[in-house]
Amino acid sequence: MSAAASIEPAAANLGATRIERAFARLQAERRRGLIAYITAGDPSPARTVELILGLERGGADIIELGVPFSDPIADGPVIQRASDRALKAGTTVKTVLRSIRDLRRRSAMPLLVFSYLNPILRYGFERFAEDAAAAGADGALLTDLNIEEAEPYVAAMRKRNLDCVFLASQTTGDKRLAEIASLSSGFVYLVSTAGVTGARETLSSSALPLIQRARRQTNLPLAIGFGLSKREHMQAVAPYADAAVVGSAFMRVVERHGEDAGLGERLASLARDLKQGLAAVSRK
Amino acid sequence: MTSSVSPLSTDLAARKLPDSLGRFGAYGGRYVPEILVEPLDRLEAFYREAKDDPDFQAEMRELLRQFAGRATPLYHAKRLSEHLGGAAIYLKREDLLHTGAHKINNCLGQAILARRMGKSRIIAETGAGQHGVAAATVCALFGFPCTVYMGLEDMRRQALNVFRMRLLGAEVAGVDTGSRTLKDAISEAMRDWAANFETTHYLLGSALGPHPYPLMVRDFQSVIGVEARAQYLAISNGKPPDLLIACVGGGSNAIGLFHPFLGDESVRMVGVEAGGRGAGLGDHAARFTGGLPGVLQGTRSYVLQDDDGQIAPTHSVSAGLDYASVGPEHAWLRDRGRVAYTSCSDGDAIAAARMLSRLEGIIPALESAHAVAEAVKRAPGAQGQTFIVNLSGRGDKDIGIFRENMPELDA
Ligand SMILES: Cc1ncc(COP(=O)(O)O)c(C=O)c1O
Repeated sequence: MSAAASIEPAAANLGATRIERAFARLQAERRRGLIAYITAGDPSPARTVELILGLERGGADIIELGVPFSDPIADGPVIQRASDRALKAGTTVKTVLRSIRDLRRRSAMPLLVFSYLNPILRYGFERFAEDAAAAGADGALLTDLNIEEAEPYVAAMRKRNLDCVFLASQTTGDKRLAEIASLSSGFVYLVSTAGVTGARETLSSSALPLIQRARRQTNLPLAIGFGLSKREHMQAVAPYADAAVVGSAFMRVVERHGEDAGLGERLASLARDLKQGLAAVSRK
Repeated sequence: MTSSVSPLSTDLAARKLPDSLGRFGAYGGRYVPEILVEPLDRLEAFYREAKDDPDFQAEMRELLRQFAGRATPLYHAKRLSEHLGGAAIYLKREDLLHTGAHKINNCLGQAILARRMGKSRIIAETGAGQHGVAAATVCALFGFPCTVYMGLEDMRRQALNVFRMRLLGAEVAGVDTGSRTLKDAISEAMRDWAANFETTHYLLGSALGPHPYPLMVRDFQSVIGVEARAQYLAISNGKPPDLLIACVGGGSNAIGLFHPFLGDESVRMVGVEAGGRGAGLGDHAARFTGGLPGVLQGTRSYVLQDDDGQIAPTHSVSAGLDYASVGPEHAWLRDRGRVAYTSCSDGDAIAAARMLSRLEGIIPALESAHAVAEAVKRAPGAQGQTFIVNLSGRGDKDIGIFRENMPELDA
């Protein structure tokens, strides 16, 4: 990674976020990124940093750290259960920000906070942006905040140089895709499939056409997620996307091995496997 | 929807809402996973087109009359009024509709719409089971396969309605997450819809959720207020009633009664939420006393939540009022001071149900009993006034709960 530092002019800009720098580096090295989602606080808030460090050792490029929510309408059973466990373990926006602060003493891993709107609304947009920036977060994605309602949030985040990532899906028309991209920074998150989060057997047929359509609307890096869980999925998206997001597959490991002292290492080894799927594919 | 209605006087601000983004002032709007934005846009476009189409209107009118049993009576509850010794209480008898509650008004409208949109399957959520039964009923009528999501706790409380839905050919999908009540059923229905929107219409049962549902459900339920207004004006020489009372779960029966009266400035309105068993968070569903503005399940409104923005558990003896948020138009009407909101305890609702049963021979749904209880409170001393209470449903589904609460009648 350090070798690339000299050939990434974009990253030299003052004010590029860790997420932007990560994509610049990936691009310069002609690599695809792995974005690893975990629900903060599962199995307990005290272990979140250790799990992120495991993912980093396994080669994850960016972390999406999920704030658990009582009513996760966009999530399948695996992340629903993870949210339940995290809430029972006492996870709040505050504990999530504390984990990020702790992480920053040991790692410069790019990190995006992933949340439903209501916990952030309750915390307050300005206060959230301020505290997230102070803790060392690099941006956020709010699943149920559509662009029509996003302005005060985006303004608060931009003021602190935090990335706002928005989602686009197969049902998003070209004009809206362009609007979503213009409000986004860091990258645009493309939803590979209809439905909710959760591992699928095969890659949805809507995934690749969506990436191609999004390319025509934006120069921002494109990450694809929802349903991706295996090395073959990584191989399938690598020629097209800049990064792949994997969540439920990691949370299944956390669910099964939550008590295990070696949980971080298990996440690392899954991350390594997924990274191999992303490696050595020429871009289309 | 009836042709005999006199033109409404208009409160322009009220009648123009929601705006093009589905907002009622600071409330409403659309807060959904991105995949659902386009299906909601389509639904809105089809709805706006259908609404003004004479064929749609004619079919709707015919089904409301011949299938659902409209118009419902506006019944002067003389013995109850005399007993309370004050206001003249009129009951809008939505309990007499086919399937036993106002929910059928909305289900018929959305079923016609689903057919126009070429959908081949319908999903719905239900709390008390009344919306589920109404949805299952219209699906039988239209030949749609139907899945109704219902929390396991509600399935236990409303076992009879579960069986009725199955008898009507619907699949009842038990929801075992969260509090296992209405809110969890809505989440599960939204997840299903996010996966199957191409073939499936989501028949949402109250004036809740993302735009255009609060608008569409209000419009379909406004037949209640349009009828009640015409019926009352016909017997009062054109003098409007003094007070409208309705229970507020998601808010569909209440907005259906209130909306056509919004332009009648002298008409006061009160919505009754579930006061449950106490004032503590988790013991009631009184969003306007215990809640704060927030976002739940696609809309911005008052939400019962904890300090961390997690949705709070709720309680009500009445499953249909047991929900942590409330339709966004009610939030707007409340902030504007146009409608007052109050709550009624489980015990007062049960007592009011018993009073109405004995004095009028009408066993109300537990939800509607909350509205009756407010009339019981306000009527004494209100001589010369007229109250219209929305009797949104009948109590057949609640007999088991009445039994548990009146052991002396079982002796
Ligand atoms: C009879 C009856 N009244 C009222 C309600 C509450 O719903 P809403 O507030 O949408 O009218 C229900 C809901 O199940 C019901 O069954």
